[in-house]
Amino acid sequence: MLELNNIYKTFNPGTVNEKRALNGVSLKLNEGDFVTVIGSNGAGKSTVLNAIAGVWPIDAGSIVIDGQDVTGLPEYKRAKFLGRVFQDPMTGTAATMEIQENLALAKRRGARRTLRVGITKKEQEEYREQLKTLDLGLEDRMTTKVGLLSGGQRQALTLLMATLQKPKLLLLDEHTAALDPKTAEKVLNTTDAIIREHHLTAFMVTHNMKDAIVHGNRLIMMNEGKIIFDVAGEEKQKLTMKDLLDKFAELAGSSIQSDKALLA
Amino acid sequence: MDFLLSFVRSLPGACGQGFAWGLMAIGVYLTYKILDVADLTVDGSLATGGAVCAVLISLGWNPWLALLMAVIAGMLAGLVTGLLHTACGIPAILAGILTQLALYSLNLRIMAIGDSAKTKATLALSVDRNPLLVSSRYVRELSTNNPLLLLAIIVAAVIALLYWFFGTELGCSIRATGANQSMSRAQGINTDKNKVLGLVVSNGLVALSGALLAQYSGSATIDMGRGAIVIGLAAVIIGEVLLGKVFRNFALKLLSAVIGAIIYYMVITLVLRMGLESTDLKLLTALVVAIFLTVPYWKEKYFTKAKKEVKADA
Repeated sequence: MLELNNIYKTFNPGTVNEKRALNGVSLKLNEGDFVTVIGSNGAGKSTVLNAIAGVWPIDAGSIVIDGQDVTGLPEYKRAKFLGRVFQDPMTGTAATMEIQENLALAKRRGARRTLRVGITKKEQEEYREQLKTLDLGLEDRMTTKVGLLSGGQRQALTLLMATLQKPKLLLLDEHTAALDPKTAEKVLNTTDAIIREHHLTAFMVTHNMKDAIVHGNRLIMMNEGKIIFDVAGEEKQKLTMKDLLDKFAELAGSSIQSDKALLA
Repeated sequence: MDFLLSFVRSLPGACGQGFAWGLMAIGVYLTYKILDVADLTVDGSLATGGAVCAVLISLGWNPWLALLMAVIAGMLAGLVTGLLHTACGIPAILAGILTQLALYSLNLRIMAIGDSAKTKATLALSVDRNPLLVSSRYVRELSTNNPLLLLAIIVAAVIALLYWFFGTELGCSIRATGANQSMSRAQGINTDKNKVLGLVVSNGLVALSGALLAQYSGSATIDMGRGAIVIGLAAVIIGEVLLGKVFRNFALKLLSAVIGAIIYYMVITLVLRMGLESTDLKLLTALVVAIFLTVPYWKEKYFTKAKKEVKADA
């Protein structure tokens, strides 16, 4: 479903802030894979995700989604393949627009925006049903401006928006990191349910090792712009927190002491 | 009593100015409020609208056709600013200033079309010689000649058209572009294209305003647009402060910008009657806008502390 072939990206090349963020990343995701991605700060987790989304062009390598090479496509054109949920709950929704308007925008992802009416009566009923599945009472607040919702509500709504048109790949960028633990858990459960229900292929970046172990069928660890550990299936099911920390120490070698604190 | 009477007598004129500037205020509303861009092109495109319309009418064109050409000229100006901003990566404010500056030269040339002079800073129209659609001469008459009638119809038509447009898929995607660009791109919206489109529509309206103003006041001048952005902002902000709580519907929000423009011109008329020179108006306008922009900011900064603390606890 997703193929990353030897991707490189350097930020601010030729300046004192030069940062080699991706250092030859290759990865192949099969249809239905739910991969969790961990690594310390600056390891390149979110950078890989942004490279897939096309936030900026990569320096070398290629990105193939569902058999189509998207390396040269701008962000908005790749959107038809991708559902995205961001770390900051403010990023995924338009605060000054109504809940139903946000959904209507998402419903048209990948389609041409015409001069037909922006949201039809029939759609509104559909959205009401969809919102009920979130169990947040949003179905009764369809015309509420999204800016009035809490962070958790906004993330749940963004999840719904990301999957309203079934994406080839769902990109989750630490989407529960900004939420309190209880809300985070609820949003993660919703995430699991949606991925299962629609049989989605998903790529979830997380800071939380426990979440990375519990969720998904595959786990990737990154360090210094490289994938240093990739485990799937039964082996992943048996993974423990201690395994991961040991693995990290063994594979990454240096700078582990500071990272241990970050990852715990 | 004399003072009051003369003020009342000048109110229709203020309304006429307010309606014409109201279209300009709607244009500013589109960029400033919906696209979240401060577009300074308008100082130039207002005069372009006036210049194109005046020149074509003086060359004997049908005034409606002249109006249409003025709108198209304004849209082209918006297109240039939009491309400078999106395709060339120039910050929106600077892109607008560049277009505005270039238009100054162009407008001088446009007004000299069909004349022996190479450039011209003023082009007079006369309701006796030219078939003008609106003229301030009849603003106090109770007849179909009264410019307020046609101006009100045009304003209503523009609001209706925009209300429809911003309810379409395309219009919604423009609103989303102004609200949140990351989200828009993630939902497959071409934000660059939408910004250009918004600037094109906005400057088309501003030029329409300029074209009507030139007819209404009987002349197009090179500096008729000077400070237009500030007047437009003043109208938008006055409308929002006075009517924002009552007018929630999008069409009403556009209308509140027009009402803001009318109130602005009433206040201007009043202070002129009170003895201020018309050259003092720019100072006054700048002050009004500065104050109206400051008040909500200070309100947020100094009077919502209690609320913020509650949020931090939660």
